[in-house]
Parts: sequence; C-alpha cells; structure tokens
Amino acid sequence: MISSSSLRSLLNREEVFPFLVPDIPPELDLSHGVILYLEGISVSFDGFKAINDLNLYIDDGELRCIIGPNGAGKTTMMDIITGKTRPDIGSAWFGQGINLLKLDEPEIAAKGIGRKFQKPTVFEEHTVHTNLELAMAGDKSVWKTLKAKLSSEQKDSIYEVATLIGLKEQIRTRAGSLSHGQKQWLEIGMLLMQSPKLLLIDEPVAGMTQQEMERTAELLTTLSGQHSVIVVEHDMDFVRSIARKVSVLHQGSILAEGTMDEVQNNQQVVEVYLGE
Amino acid sequence: MISLFASLRGDRAGIILLILLLLATVAVPVCNLVVPENSPVHISTFTMALLGKYLCYALLAISVDLVWGYLGILSLGHGAFFALGGYAMGMYLMRQIGDRGVYGNPLLPDFMVFLNWKDLPWFWHGFDMFWFTLLMVLIVPALLAIVVGWFAFRSRVTGVYLSIITQAMTYALMLAFFRNEMGFGGNNGLTDFKDLLGFSLQSDSTRAGLFIASALALAFGYISCRYITRSRLGQAALAIRDQEARLRFIGYRVENIKLWIFTFSAMLAGLAGALYVPQVGIINPTEFSPLNSIEMVVWVAVGGRATLYGAAVGALLVNYAKSFLTVTFPDAWLFGLGAIFVLVTLFLPKGVAGLFKKQEAHR
Repeated sequence: MISSSSLRSLLNREEVFPFLVPDIPPELDLSHGVILYLEGISVSFDGFKAINDLNLYIDDGELRCIIGPNGAGKTTMMDIITGKTRPDIGSAWFGQGINLLKLDEPEIAAKGIGRKFQKPTVFEEHTVHTNLELAMAGDKSVWKTLKAKLSSEQKDSIYEVATLIGLKEQIRTRAGSLSHGQKQWLEIGMLLMQSPKLLLIDEPVAGMTQQEMERTAELLTTLSGQHSVIVVEHDMDFVRSIARKVSVLHQGSILAEGTMDEVQNNQQVVEVYLGE
Repeated sequence: MISLFASLRGDRAGIILLILLLLATVAVPVCNLVVPENSPVHISTFTMALLGKYLCYALLAISVDLVWGYLGILSLGHGAFFALGGYAMGMYLMRQIGDRGVYGNPLLPDFMVFLNWKDLPWFWHGFDMFWFTLLMVLIVPALLAIVVGWFAFRSRVTGVYLSIITQAMTYALMLAFFRNEMGFGGNNGLTDFKDLLGFSLQSDSTRAGLFIASALALAFGYISCRYITRSRLGQAALAIRDQEARLRFIGYRVENIKLWIFTFSAMLAGLAGALYVPQVGIINPTEFSPLNSIEMVVWVAVGGRATLYGAAVGALLVNYAKSFLTVTFPDAWLFGLGAIFVLVTLFLPKGVAGLFKKQEAHR
C-alpha cells in the first residue's frame, strides 16, 4: 500500500524523477589547475605487471617528459589514458569531473585528449589537407560527416596548422610520399586540428635528423602553455632541450620526478639506466 | 540534389559511364520496339533482358565496391542482400498471379496449395501492394545488414573473420530458403510470374520499361555512392580501410560509419535484386549460394577496386564473358572465372580501371 506521504511526493509538481534528468556529460573542469590524475593504476598482461601502482599528476599547460627504459610501461600508460586499455585497478581523471575509465576512444578524443603514436600513423592515401581535415575538431557523427563542408575559418585553420608544421607547400601531397620526419609533424598537426587540451606524444623524434629534431623541439615548446603536453621519449638530448619537468618510469611506476638535472643525479635512476 | 550532381565534378570516367547509360536507356528500347525485326540494328527482347540483367549486376558490383574498395570490408555475402531484395519482389509478383495459377487459388501461390497450406503466412501479407514491396526491397536487406553489422563492427571483427561471417550468413540463408516450411517456395523458389503493376512481363514494352528502370537505378546507385565517397564521410571510410585504430583516436565512431555504409550498400544490393527478378523470371535459393557472392567480388577486382565505375565495368565484362563461355564451353566457365581472377591479380592489380588511369597519368 502506498502511504500518503509517498503518494504526495509522486504528485508533487516540482519533483523531477532521476530518470528524466538529462545525462549532461561533465565538462573539463580545471579549477584545481591539474588536468590529469592517474592514481594507483595497475594493469597486468598474462601475469606481467606492465603498470604497477602508477601515480602521475599533470598540471594544466605543463610540458612533461616521461623517460624510462624499454618495457617501463610508457606506451601502456598512454593506452590507459586514451581508453585503449582498461586498468585492473586505479582511477584516471581528466580535470576534476571526467572519469576516463568510463569512456571509450572516440569519447575521450572528443573530450580533448589527442594522441600521437610511436610509429607515425597518418592516412597515407590521403593528402596532407585531408589528413588535417579529418582530424579537425567538430561533430563527428555519421550524418554530420556526410554533410560536412569546410567553412572559410576551417580552411584558414587547416592552412594555419599546415604552416606551423612546415607542410604548407606539401598540402596537396599524398601523405604516404612524405619523409619520415614530415609524417611525424603531420601527425602532430593532426593532433592540433583536434584542438585537444592534453596532447600525448609518443617518441616524436624517433628517426629524425638533428635539424628536424630541433624544429620539433621548437614546435612542442610553443604548444605548451595553451595545451598540456606529455612527451614520451628515449632521446636524452632531445628531452633536455625541451623539458622543464621529467618523470622517470621504471617497471610500471614512477621512479623519480624533477628537473632534468635532478633526475640525472638521482642514484636510482642512474642504476636503472646504467645497470642494464 | 544539386550537391549530388556536384559530386561528379572531375569524374571523367563516371560521366562517360553515365552518358553511355543514358544513351542505352534511349537506344536499346528504341532498337527493340521501333526498329523492325529484320533491321541489323534491331535488338531482340532476349538481348535486352540480358543487358538489363547485366545492369542489375553492375549496380550490385557498385554496392560491393562501396564496402570493399572504400571501407575495406571484403563482404563475401552480398548475394544475400541481392537475393532478399529479389525475394521481396518475387513475393509481389507471386501475389500478382492471383487465380491464374495452376491451382487457381486466388490468395495462395501454387506452392502453398501444393503443400496443403490453408492460410497465407503472416509475412506474405502486404506484398500485394507495390509500395509496400518497394519498401521491403530496401528494408529487409537493410535490417539484415544492421543486425549483422551491429554485432560484427561493435565487437571489432575485421579482415578475414568478417569475410567468413558474411559468407556464413549467406550460406545459412541459402539453407533456410531451401526448406519448404520457410514459406518461400523451397528449392523451386518463386517463378511463373505473370505481370508487374498490371503490365504483362511477356510484353516487349514491359521489358523495355524494366531495362530503363535498371539503367536509372544504376545511375542513381553510381551517383549516390560517388556522393558518399566524395564527402568527408567517404574520406573517413578510406581512413578506416587504411588505419582503423587511428581514426578512432581522432574521435570518429568507426563502428557507426561502417554500419551505415554497409547498410546503404545492402539496400543498393536489394534494389538490384528486385530489378533482376522480373527480368530473369525466377528467384530461388541458389542466389544465396556463397559462390555467387564470390563472383561479385571477382567483378569488382576485375574492374578495379575503389573506383565505382570500374566495378560496373567489371560486372559487365565478366558477365559478358560468362554468357559467352557458358554457351560455347559450358564446362569451362568456373575455370575461366578462376583464370580471370588470377590473371587480373597478377597483371592488372588495379583492374581494368587501372589501365585507364595509367594512360591518363602518361598524358
């Protein structure tokens, strides 16, 4: 039997039932100045602990370098942030309100996390222009994509990014015929088109010449500030040239954190790197 | 509508194909109906029906090319969508027979009377109306594509596994349609059609009408596929073909893009099947056979993947060769088909369309 009070609450005109409340996706909240929280994350593959109780905090607008020997779990960490791999335990928050572990890859990308892969993966059959166009931020539902037309601002922003990554001359070139370094830049350009808040960049200078490396360093430094950037890199010279803060990853957890000099003088870090 | 045609800009081969198609829609019926029979340019009704059949195959090939060439889904089950569209049309044609069947039952088709059925099965209702049939021609293949695609794409089945699933799908449907209790005429299928919309299927003018309808459907199929592939969605589809995971990290819902394009392709295949059935006068479960679906893939490979017009040309060429070979060397056709496939793969990896492209590049 329904009691009179519960009946009254059912008839109350101001009552909004929970199932009627539209599910408003939380927006990125940076009120505490931290853009990414990874707390107590562990993940294992077939018994091998790729990530072991990892804690990492990235500030808004920060450029953070992550170094570590092979198999330290750098790529797995990126997989977790972008939704490709689910951790066994732990939590991952984007800003204050977005739980990354509840979203899949396209959703995370739409929230503003962009990723550059270790191996340059651009769409080889497409032109530089189309690569950038596909990556451009916006509604990516099927119907909207079918009807999509470039507005003049969008055209401008594609040219702007192409200029920034030094591929303005090659904008109608097939991406597959670009050099290795140019592909890396194109991929960074695609990241920029997504206008992400957080960029994850996996080994940006692998296989680059010294000159290309310098230009990449310049590019990444200009990016930080408006974006938060996480760079995973092996090349120590390159890391030194861009890094303000470095985290050392070893066997799936953070071994040391600090400026490049601090990290290099850390006894444990030296052992990990030289002991192998 | 305007943007549909705007997508043809710069598509020389496509425009040539459409112009030829337009010429054929006028010339073939005129040569059949107006030109006297003893004239050398007279086209017999048999040839016209044959050409109409080829046009349906060309539309089917375009639908296969849309998913294979542009989306990277090697569907070995497109024959199922084609046959479902064909069966929907066949059911309408059966209901059109009315009491002119052998048993003279005004409601039940002959095979049901033969099986001692008393009532029309529920799924045969509505097929006495042409508009309903047309709707089913599109909806039934689309539903199958949505169900299969939803499960397959969501669980990220790709490559050869997906091909096997589509192959199994058409094989399962073939076995099901062979059964009499399914209510689709068992292994005899549906045949003995009399008329369509009140026009006798035996008359030359109805045949000409069907030929024109097939040509228009092919033109529509070509233009709509061209529109899709030229749009950003088409670019995203190509990106799925080449780097599926990458596109996901850019923020596209890969499974949705695949699902909608696959479904659209299934609808085109269904339309092709619906136009095919009144022209050949029969639909039976062998249309579901996996071999048919593989043949479709060969058409596209011969014509050239990811060109659309190449698929249409490939379908016409291979089927012409088939008509020729099955008459002159009836036993050699399958060997011929295999030889064509091997030779094209070895010497023309981009198909017949690749030849034209090469010439253009030299110029």
